[in-house]
Amino acid sequence: MSEWSGSKRGIERYETRASRITLANRVFIVSFMLIGLTYLMLIFGMLMADVLYVFEQSLGKARNSSHFWASLISANPIAVSLRDPKIQYSIWLSMISCTLAAIGSVAFAVPLGYVLSRIPFRGRNLVDAFLDIPIVLPPLIVGLSLLILFQFAPFKWAARSIVYQVPAVILAQWAVSCAYAVRTMKMTFDQINPRCEQVAISLGCTRFQAFAWVTFPEAKLGLLTAFTLAWARSLGEFGPLLIFAGATRMKTEVLSTSVFLEMNVGNIEGAVAVSLLMIFTSIVVLMITRWASNRTADEKASV
Amino acid sequence: MICLDDVSLHVGAFRLEGIHLLIPSGEYGVLMGKTGAGKTSLLEAIIGFKSTTAGSITLSGRDVTRENPALRGIGYLPQDGALFSTMTVEENLAFALRVRKVEKKRIVARVKDLAELMGIGHLLSRRTHGLSGGERQRVALGRALAFEPSILCLDEPLSALDAETREQILQLLVTIHKMKGVTTLHVTHDLGEAATLADRLFRLVDGKVEMLDTA
Repeated sequence: MSEWSGSKRGIERYETRASRITLANRVFIVSFMLIGLTYLMLIFGMLMADVLYVFEQSLGKARNSSHFWASLISANPIAVSLRDPKIQYSIWLSMISCTLAAIGSVAFAVPLGYVLSRIPFRGRNLVDAFLDIPIVLPPLIVGLSLLILFQFAPFKWAARSIVYQVPAVILAQWAVSCAYAVRTMKMTFDQINPRCEQVAISLGCTRFQAFAWVTFPEAKLGLLTAFTLAWARSLGEFGPLLIFAGATRMKTEVLSTSVFLEMNVGNIEGAVAVSLLMIFTSIVVLMITRWASNRTADEKASV
Repeated sequence: MICLDDVSLHVGAFRLEGIHLLIPSGEYGVLMGKTGAGKTSLLEAIIGFKSTTAGSITLSGRDVTRENPALRGIGYLPQDGALFSTMTVEENLAFALRVRKVEKKRIVARVKDLAELMGIGHLLSRRTHGLSGGERQRVALGRALAFEPSILCLDEPLSALDAETREQILQLLVTIHKMKGVTTLHVTHDLGEAATLADRLFRLVDGKVEMLDTA
């Protein structure tokens, strides 16, 4: 027994203390898990509530109908919404506008993210912080600011064909989603070894060739993440659209405005059905983003 | 020949002043120094990634002080190899030749020769993910030599390797230098490496380069 082992009583007290430590560790982990679980339950509960609501409504209608199964399939709120020309227009416009906004976002995010990640210049941190403004600004303010911007030249010359028209939908979506895409692309370029680009330059490349042949191909999964995030962000955009593009049926109506308009006319079933379509789309986007992120991490780990 | 005449460079608060260094054509120079002494910064100034504040850099008789790194004709091997991960080993080796728009048939032949020299013929079709440390450095060295540069700059190429692989790559460097006679600047903090390779040995201490006796 070493001199540090202590007396018999000391060892007994240590053993009691050891079991207390084990218990305290367990309490710590379980309590943290429970706190996390509460929030997870809220997310799950919200999603399930929408599903259950639609299911309940469908079931209610089907029970009153003589053809139960046919009614369950054709008269459920999702099917009804999908048959509605206004919702069809809204889905179509959402797909087109979100895709164009996401393409626009990555087109700006790639050069901007690259400059912020690779090129040192005075005020870089300030520019970096400035790019967070569309993310932290209240959405309504973004819409209002766009509206005011189009009161001034040279924007006001194009105001009649943009404000409260379809281009305003795309512009409002792009104004916010681009900031998310820039953040993602900057992070992507930060994670790519700048040494590779230097080697390419030493081998005779111009900076553009080094970017195009070495860095950009490595950033392709980051690009996919940026695109999907920008797309999902555009899909969920509502505040700026309402102010800058309006919520005119069959004109500037996208899925988020459909939910608002259906709620306004008291059609909760329709609003929930459209919400479910948006939830489904968001989950698909989330899965693509997670897959791309995991693949990037795997590739980094195997280098 | 690599000639640094009274070169100064500032990197943030870090300063190297009045650096003189001469490696005659075909010789193997080794630059030693503690971690953080500025070895890599000096190497990057020679390659052209860092600009100097004073003095001149002459490579093979040509003043390149203000020249773009793409035109300096230096084969560069960084510590981590920095292989192009979206390309195969073959594409990595062929990269400098593709940039120079060399005829495809000649690229194929050159890559084959290089692969044989580096002992990586069996890896040509593989992506760089999953290559061992030694294999990575062989590919990176082959890539740097592909366009037959007159100058080779190696930044601690052996420091991340295990003892056995380190010995193999060390012997490869000796063989290649004997065969090609490329003027080389090799940065390291390992005395054993320096003793095996150096025709000229330099030490970077307190922002100054001292020449040491290799005998």
